[in-house]
Amino acid sequence: MSLVKWTLKELQDRFTRGDVSATEIVRAYFLRISVVESKVKAYITVNEKESLLSAARTLDETMGTWRKTMPMMAMPIAIKDNICTEGLPTTCGSRMLRGFIPPYDATAVEALRAHQCFFIGKTNLDEFGMGSSTEHSAFGPSRNPWKLTCVPGGSSGGSAAAVAADECVAALGTDTGGSIRQPAACCGVVGLKPTYGRVSRYGLIAFASSLDQIGPITKDVMDAALMLNVIAGHDPRDSTSANGPVPDFTRGLKKKDVKKLKIGVPAEFFGEGVDQEVHDAVCHAIAVLEELGGTVQEVSLPHTGVAVATYYLVATAEASSNLARYDGVKYGFRAKESHDLLEMYRATRQEGFGPEVKRRIMLGTYALSSGYYDAYYAKAQAVRTLIRQDFERAFEDVDVLVTPVTPTTAFQLGEKIEDPLQMYLSDLFTLSASLAGLPAISLPCGFSREGLPIGVQLMGRPFEEEVILRAARAYELATTWRQKRPRIR
Amino acid sequence: MNVTISQEEVEHVAELARLQLTREESEQFTLQLSNILKYVEELNAVDTTGVCPTTSVVADDAGTLRDDEVRPSLSQEQALRNAPEAVDGFFHVPHIIRDR
Repeated sequence: MSLVKWTLKELQDRFTRGDVSATEIVRAYFLRISVVESKVKAYITVNEKESLLSAARTLDETMGTWRKTMPMMAMPIAIKDNICTEGLPTTCGSRMLRGFIPPYDATAVEALRAHQCFFIGKTNLDEFGMGSSTEHSAFGPSRNPWKLTCVPGGSSGGSAAAVAADECVAALGTDTGGSIRQPAACCGVVGLKPTYGRVSRYGLIAFASSLDQIGPITKDVMDAALMLNVIAGHDPRDSTSANGPVPDFTRGLKKKDVKKLKIGVPAEFFGEGVDQEVHDAVCHAIAVLEELGGTVQEVSLPHTGVAVATYYLVATAEASSNLARYDGVKYGFRAKESHDLLEMYRATRQEGFGPEVKRRIMLGTYALSSGYYDAYYAKAQAVRTLIRQDFERAFEDVDVLVTPVTPTTAFQLGEKIEDPLQMYLSDLFTLSASLAGLPAISLPCGFSREGLPIGVQLMGRPFEEEVILRAARAYELATTWRQKRPRIR
Repeated sequence: MNVTISQEEVEHVAELARLQLTREESEQFTLQLSNILKYVEELNAVDTTGVCPTTSVVADDAGTLRDDEVRPSLSQEQALRNAPEAVDGFFHVPHIIRDR
């Protein structure tokens, strides 16, 4: 088997044992990229092969002198292009930041760099993370490796497609309303959105600050735990990052059962609008967890139905404020030939932002504007409290909630681009965990007749990533979905 | 509550957001924003009497600020490197106030 098929854990083990060199790893991945990238289009920027090869040679030459290798050493990792990487362009999928080269690393990137991993490239996304398909990228859409005429999901569609197509061993994504979990489900890989505050947001270019989180997209659950081990923890540069202890997330992943685990199934996630195939696959996953020793009970999250409306008011309000910084002065794009400052601002933002970003800035500005603030923004914040309380009540009785990730499998390119509201509604099942700040993981639980992956979502209590990882791992070990790989054609 | 948004309102919001929309865009946004605003109206059916708004979901133990001490930061050269226009160590912008 070609080394690009290995999981992060497998590649780490073989590199540590000396079965494979850093140079071989870099060469194999660049070969893979040269074969499939023109079809998948997962990357906005692929790092320079020569500079990575030279770093690899240095690693190989000094290998014997390391007392202990670090887990991520020599691992080819892809980074979503809204996370700052020092010296490597970071565009947010926007014309506005074309050519922007960050002068610093995001904290999560710094942590990976300290392990001497290889940043193989920066992955495609919907502009500033706003979208569910990568079709809103100024650099064109990525494709679903399982079916190239379908979207890979979004906004971390490039990261999910790169992992699924073996163009990196693992990737970082970001999740504001489902942007890690939904593309992971569409591409048949694992995506983990950690608890809000678990991973520093420093260097993550802000979309909606009260919702944004960085998290891993990987080939299996073990790999997600390994990545989280490296990026989690308090950061003095992010005042919203949590101070609590960070466990070893791989601990307990050897357990093959979920005895004593109380599983909640919220009826609101299984109603109208969910594809029969998705419904059946997720119900089967719940049955597997029950066979593994879990006890299943129905629970209710009564405000699920209003999560989309709540999210699109809260997120756009925050976005309209965060994106005010793009004014053509400090960095990024500036429109030419303006006569005065105000004209320059307006022309820069007109030319620099794509239609979806403008639409959301407009909605957010409207929701925050005088006369409408209470009716829209304040109302949405109050409903957000009710959504959180739904979860608090449910988690008095159960340890995890199991639901579909998406109502359908990956849709066709172009299918929803003309209808923003339809696109928003496809995020229905991932938004609530974001609004409540909870950890949630998406992992494969089957395939449609058409051969497209289906994902199951496990949500947990705040800072109980260990619980959802353990349940997800037990499920993964009891099934064979992760062994299926796309044939890219 | 009247939720349909007029094209004048759309143009006013664009002004607030420092966006210069084309005629086509402002027509399209009027339609699309009206649809979205109609959709979010469902929130009015939710009783939020006495409910505190959630402004953030920060953990109880977060939010500790670091000591207020001078630390290294970006150099002037680094800070200006990405600027569309920089002159003599400053960001350069078009006229703010014009001579009469």
